[in-house]
Amino acid sequence: MKRFLTAALFFVLLIAAWHWVYVRRIWSPVLVPSPESVARYLWETVRDGSLWSSTVVTMKRLLAGYFIGLLAGVPLGFLTARIRALRDTLGVLALGLQGLPSVCWVPLALLWFGQTEGAMLFVVVMGTLWSVILATETGVRNVNPIYIRAARTMGSTGVHTWVHVMLPASLPFIVSGMKQGWAFAWRSLMAAEIYVTILTGFGLGHLLHYGRELNAMEQVVAIMLVIVLIGLLADKILFSPFERFLHRRWGTEK
Amino acid sequence: MTLATELSAPPSARLAIDKVSKWFETARGRVQALDEVSLQVAEGEFVCLVGPSGCGKSTLLNMIAGLEMPGRGSVVAAGQPVRGPSRERMMMFQESALFPWLDAFGNVMFGLKRKPGLSDRERKEVAEYYLKLVGLEKFMHANIHELSGGMKQRVALARALAPNPRVLLMDEPFAALDAMTREQLYGDLQRIWTQRHVTIVFVTHNVREAVCLGDRVMLFSPHPGRIREEFRITLTRPRDINSVEVAGYATRITRALKDYMEHGAGI
Repeated sequence: MKRFLTAALFFVLLIAAWHWVYVRRIWSPVLVPSPESVARYLWETVRDGSLWSSTVVTMKRLLAGYFIGLLAGVPLGFLTARIRALRDTLGVLALGLQGLPSVCWVPLALLWFGQTEGAMLFVVVMGTLWSVILATETGVRNVNPIYIRAARTMGSTGVHTWVHVMLPASLPFIVSGMKQGWAFAWRSLMAAEIYVTILTGFGLGHLLHYGRELNAMEQVVAIMLVIVLIGLLADKILFSPFERFLHRRWGTEK
Repeated sequence: MTLATELSAPPSARLAIDKVSKWFETARGRVQALDEVSLQVAEGEFVCLVGPSGCGKSTLLNMIAGLEMPGRGSVVAAGQPVRGPSRERMMMFQESALFPWLDAFGNVMFGLKRKPGLSDRERKEVAEYYLKLVGLEKFMHANIHELSGGMKQRVALARALAPNPRVLLMDEPFAALDAMTREQLYGDLQRIWTQRHVTIVFVTHNVREAVCLGDRVMLFSPHPGRIREEFRITLTRPRDINSVEVAGYATRITRALKDYMEHGAGI
């Protein structure tokens, strides 16, 4: 409760300071809109449903690409960890491409797929995949061999060992890879949406882009707020349960 | 299969190790770990393997477990040549090797879930039985990191016993524990062994521990690993590691060990 109050007080003060800056006209209102105008924009777009529909468009792209990246990345990470030839090929490729800022995929995606959902999906998958492969590979290679031996004496072989020993044993690494993959996917999708208009869906990035085109600063700030909120929510919903489980079981909480 | 037959002690197994040799490839070339080691273990016998590091005693244990294969010679358990790991021969390691992503109960259930012919309910009851047997009924759902070193090894013992093996292989299971905890576990292990009467092969470098626990103590010498001498321990059970009789045996074995170390490879 006390922590909540501290946080609440902090944000109230932050908004108050913003309001004060606006009232004192330190910068032009075109550059620094009032908190009220941002709130009004949010209220209106929530009411007419446009904010919600843009959020849905963006989240659909993000989640679809993210889960494809995850479903491909974890098994590929396992394979690169276990097969030397793959580690020397796919592993090196993953390391290289993970270093590539994911927005760099946007021009290639546009040339390959045109202004389509396919391009968006591709960018998100590329943002996710390499981090997940690398984290899974590291996780699997760090599994204590004694777990595997113990499992073998208890009658675990092949796929069972992978699913019930290697996977949970490397979970701490995989979860951090999932978080990194999520962060990369989210950034690359925003870059793609700001950069490219796609007629099949008008996402948050597009709203941000048109806010700039229309010089509507309250729209720009409001959408940025929404994007921040989605990031926080994703962390709480997608990753916190995993992390709580890891902390409790492994005893890593401070 | 009923719960009663599942919990009753199975016929323990005879082990026959015949002229087993083993080599390892290392950075310094080929190293011989074992040289024509032969050992017979009777049903329900408790045999301790002692010797300095590098004498191949753990390697021999791994071969009985089926985790490694002999380079030459044969390992036969209950009349069957050992070709790989089996629930009939369970292993306990120096580090507990418990899975941190499962709680104590989940760890004991791991091997049971792989065992066919049991209902989920029976598996649960078997797991509870063994956690009680090692005195951890209050810690069934404790996370592994919350347990002390001694408690971890108790869970590991319950986990190894749960699939009802005919042979229990123990690789320095108490080496990392403090003396007090170790003494408790000596008592518990003797009690459980008397109750279950499973065949046990126990590797240690602690001579007193070997005398306290074993029916027989096999003394190994290193480079390459060979069995040098066999000591039959005829003391009554339960034995106390601090007793004069245990100390007497231990002194004899330690002296023999020193002789081999000093006159070493020449013999």
